[in-house]
Amino acid sequence: MQSILAQTRFSVGRRAFSTSVARWQAVPQQKPVLMKEFKIYRWNPDQPEKKPELQSYKIDLNQTGPMILDALIKIKNEMDPTLTFRRSCREGICGSCAMNIDGQNTLACLCRIDREGSTNTKIYPLPHMYVVKDLVPDMTLFYKQYKSIQPWLQNDKPPAEGEFLQSPEDRRKLDGMYECILCACCSTSCPSYWWNQDEYLGPATLMQAYRWIADSRDSHGAERMEKLQNEMSLYRCHTIFNCSRTCPKGLNPAAAIAKMKLEMATD
Amino acid sequence: MRNVVGKRFVQIQSMPASASADILNAQRLKRPNTPHFTIYQPQLTWLASIANRVTGAGLSVLLYGFSIAYLIAPTTFDSATVIEVIAGLPEGVKYAGKAILAAPFAFHSINGLRHLSWDVTRFLTVKSVYSTGYAVLAASAVSTIALVFMK
Repeated sequence: MQSILAQTRFSVGRRAFSTSVARWQAVPQQKPVLMKEFKIYRWNPDQPEKKPELQSYKIDLNQTGPMILDALIKIKNEMDPTLTFRRSCREGICGSCAMNIDGQNTLACLCRIDREGSTNTKIYPLPHMYVVKDLVPDMTLFYKQYKSIQPWLQNDKPPAEGEFLQSPEDRRKLDGMYECILCACCSTSCPSYWWNQDEYLGPATLMQAYRWIADSRDSHGAERMEKLQNEMSLYRCHTIFNCSRTCPKGLNPAAAIAKMKLEMATD
Repeated sequence: MRNVVGKRFVQIQSMPASASADILNAQRLKRPNTPHFTIYQPQLTWLASIANRVTGAGLSVLLYGFSIAYLIAPTTFDSATVIEVIAGLPEGVKYAGKAILAAPFAFHSINGLRHLSWDVTRFLTVKSVYSTGYAVLAASAVSTIALVFMK
């Protein structure tokens, strides 16, 4: 008995080593190669005399993640480490990877790659901005404009104790405005902002201005509106709607600006 | 061996921290502007806005131009002369001229209503911007045809 057991164990153990497992498993299917051309805007500050140009990269989409950002990271890792772009969260909450993809401003991490191999995808930086390098625009002015609307709660009469209270209805007025991640997709899609960005604040900043005007806890609404009551800051908005059309978060800056204009006209 | 590997092949220039602002400013002066309307996808939103601007400007130029011309030379630009000149034109030119005047007028007037509705905060979603946009285009086409064939 003992010898039989020993024998069996031996043979089982032996089989485990000697049998080819591959026969019992499906052969992993080789995905077909699906080449796609990406044309990406390049400009190098170290060679400022060289004009910006589109550089072409061909990658296999079946070896790439689904989003444009995956393609950019693959190109940077495997083909050209000099390609420069901003990215951080890869899930549409940081706003770093805002760029113009196939003619529309959006976040590279939220934009699916068009899997049609016969057409190319063109990637530019955000329109009408100064280039730092490749897909990285200079956002200094954009942030300065945001700062200029004083984006914080201002109230001269804080409650005697505890926190500012707000009714659910008043809180609901802020929905669709507080979610803005300041990626600048909307502002840089706006033709008015293209032509007048030195004076016109642009949709992103204006929606945030209204976000504080509409906040029932903020008591400086009148002063905030007074600052916008001039020809350029707000009224260069001609309700074009490129901003709402392009917002990768699905927000509606044009509607916020229209409501603000009406409030300023009627108060 | 280690000496050979460790040797740097890149020359590094030492600079004071205060020079960084100058370097940045020198770079800023040379930054190109990124392409904008030439690469942005043509969309009903901004194309309709441009069309509204262009038709408005064209109609104003016509109105002011005609008024000033009438002020300067009242006899050449009075109604009777204008009617006489136009009546003498061939049929094709008359219809083409009417279409060229009617289309911008129709579009600008009807799109103006769309803008007024936005000013009172109606139709402010992207979806209704598109539906009202196509409605304006259709209504302008119909009114243009009606105006062209009006006797």
